[in-house]
Amino acid sequence: MTVNPAASEPLLSVEDLSVRFRTEDGVVRAVDHVSFELRPGEVLAIVGESGCGKSVTSQTIMGLTRSPNTEFDGRIMFGGVDLVAADDQQLRKLRGSDIAMIFQDPMTSLHPVYRVGWQIAEQIRAHEKVTKAQARERAIELLDRVGIPQPERRVDNYPHEFSGGMRQRAMIAMALANKPRILIADEPTTALDVTIQAQIIELLSGLRGELGSVVLITHDLGVVAEIADRVLVMYAGMIVESGTLAEIFYDPQHPYTWGLLGSLARVDRDRPGRLPSIKGMPPSLINRPPGCPFAPRCPHEFDQCAQLPPIEQRVATPAHLDRCWLTPEQKLVKRVVEGQIGLRAGAT
Amino acid sequence: MSTSAANGGPLVEVEHLKQYFPIKGGIVFDREIARVHAVDDVTFAIRPGETFGLVGESGCGKSTLARCVLRLLEPTAGTVRFEGTDVTHFGRHAMRPLRRQMQMIFQDPYASLNPRKRIGQIVGDPIKLHGRAKGGAQVKTKVQDLLERVGLSPEHYNRFPHEFSGGQRQRIGVARALALEPKLIVADEPVSALDVSIQAQIINLLDDLQDEFGLTYIFVAHDLGVVRHVSDRVAVMYLGKIVEVSPADALYDQPIHPYTAALLSAIPIPDPKANFARERIVLQGDVPSPIDPPAACRFHTRCPRATEVCSVVEPPLVDYGDGHLAACHHPMGVSVAELQRAVVAKESPQGAGTETPVLAEAARDWAAGPGSDTATTAGAPAAGAGDGTATAEHPPGS
Repeated sequence: MTVNPAASEPLLSVEDLSVRFRTEDGVVRAVDHVSFELRPGEVLAIVGESGCGKSVTSQTIMGLTRSPNTEFDGRIMFGGVDLVAADDQQLRKLRGSDIAMIFQDPMTSLHPVYRVGWQIAEQIRAHEKVTKAQARERAIELLDRVGIPQPERRVDNYPHEFSGGMRQRAMIAMALANKPRILIADEPTTALDVTIQAQIIELLSGLRGELGSVVLITHDLGVVAEIADRVLVMYAGMIVESGTLAEIFYDPQHPYTWGLLGSLARVDRDRPGRLPSIKGMPPSLINRPPGCPFAPRCPHEFDQCAQLPPIEQRVATPAHLDRCWLTPEQKLVKRVVEGQIGLRAGAT
Repeated sequence: MSTSAANGGPLVEVEHLKQYFPIKGGIVFDREIARVHAVDDVTFAIRPGETFGLVGESGCGKSTLARCVLRLLEPTAGTVRFEGTDVTHFGRHAMRPLRRQMQMIFQDPYASLNPRKRIGQIVGDPIKLHGRAKGGAQVKTKVQDLLERVGLSPEHYNRFPHEFSGGQRQRIGVARALALEPKLIVADEPVSALDVSIQAQIINLLDDLQDEFGLTYIFVAHDLGVVRHVSDRVAVMYLGKIVEVSPADALYDQPIHPYTAALLSAIPIPDPKANFARERIVLQGDVPSPIDPPAACRFHTRCPRATEVCSVVEPPLVDYGDGHLAACHHPMGVSVAELQRAVVAKESPQGAGTETPVLAEAARDWAAGPGSDTATTAGAPAAGAGDGTATAEHPPGS
């Protein structure tokens, strides 16, 4: 909201990225020709359900999906370096300093036998020439910055002495330690209770100024509505729609996005008699049939859906892209279910 | 009340139920050194055909309470009645015929199905064990009917759980729970492990089955949106106590307890403008430990409205009419008329205060002039401030 996305050069650009895993059962096309840009200062949300490729995309940026059984296509450009082709040494320099990551489960992402402060200090010392004492001082400052009470004392605690919310705060402190230009947050609030989730969201919003750009991976459209500037909707390894926060929430173009928005049980509206749901389930990423991946679940499917629609601009607003053959005029009518945006009911 | 049975009485009655878990320690002897107060003096009743939602954060005792009702745990104190029969101290043997009447659906569909058994066995075994069908063929037909009923296909009979997705597995769990034609189903976080689009499918399925079989549900969940959608009545728990219980719509439209209001305002709304427009209550700190819970009102350590009385007198559950009960000394968005009508509910915990202290406070506020400095509603969604009715609101520390 504070940045003008169009005005600045992209910080990170993902160009036609594909990630395939060879498994016993066949080749899993986890990420399929995904392209997007991350601009300085923005919060980019990637939403989708389990298995849609959102986590694989973000982990590939960090080089965490490399294995003998993984195949990559495309490029991820960051500061003139292609992160897909970069060697381990180059990646090691970037990880934690230029690009930092926080994970879903704060219970398992801290090392249980080292003190929290030590783990933060280690991160600082890995990238900067500072003494142990200086690193410890910085760790205390960081813990204070993320709202941990009595940081001088807490810095010497072990992770098991922290609650779930405090552990996630410690993870954020660690991610901030080297002032990264990109923070990748993979489901940062999913494992937390709602009141703690609210605290973490408040913290992340408060830190926006010093966070650089954020890639937020989540399945929770509520969290997206709180802090994102732009949104990518992924389905079956592809981006099916991308646009600004307002475009995605108030002018969604893809039926899958309608379905996601419509199937939420919301507390701010009268409850419908039946919760609109999306019939069926996501397709297997092995041997995915050609054509629109959402067609088998889509009540608006027609002949043309046998061909995969390209992701392109189909509406007046630039940078609002989608992957659906319907015309914008048809969509205006079809996406309204009982006065709200949703997916018309099929058989459940 | 105690002798109510099938003739219009409640299906489940829980009175002053307590469930403490001992923490043992010691070098030579295993002594009890502390207790986890998982459920602490809870009273409620559930009518047949009703869906009773239980919400709260991790560790508030909602799952423990559900398990007590099913008598999977032996309560420390209090009574549990099922169709008017006191089952609190029934042994394994005595419980057995009742088990058919009460079934459970679990949270994690990946952990609640035995990976070595075929679907036919998983769903069919309870039918065999309780002698609900004669011969293998009859069991098979029954199981296949059930599978069809929950949206799977009869051919799935011989498959193993790993061949199914999460949503399909949860359907198998539902079929298993239905196999014995129970009256009560306890669903413990039945959709929280599922994706949003699949959640809606399972919720609709549970809804349909309720209509078809006249089921009564206890629906335990932390997702307030889901709970509101399915529930007729909702109880909000905090550290082992019910802090508010009410018909679902009233609870969401006009929460009385500050904790309920905070929970509601903590839910991110998937609408950027609405999110931006509203004022949020962000509770500070974490839920205190249930081993040594705060005295009197357990929420007072985190409550934005807490005053001295909150740490001295445990607030009784007060009935504000239409079955809307809340345990708070500083209720939100309640009109003076409602306050005057309010009485201490019979569901109130035994250790709680016996007066409605709200009355005295409201009178004081009232004397100060209605709508003076206290007519804010502190983020309560749709609370009736500004419509001319005086509200019993206090700034923190008044």
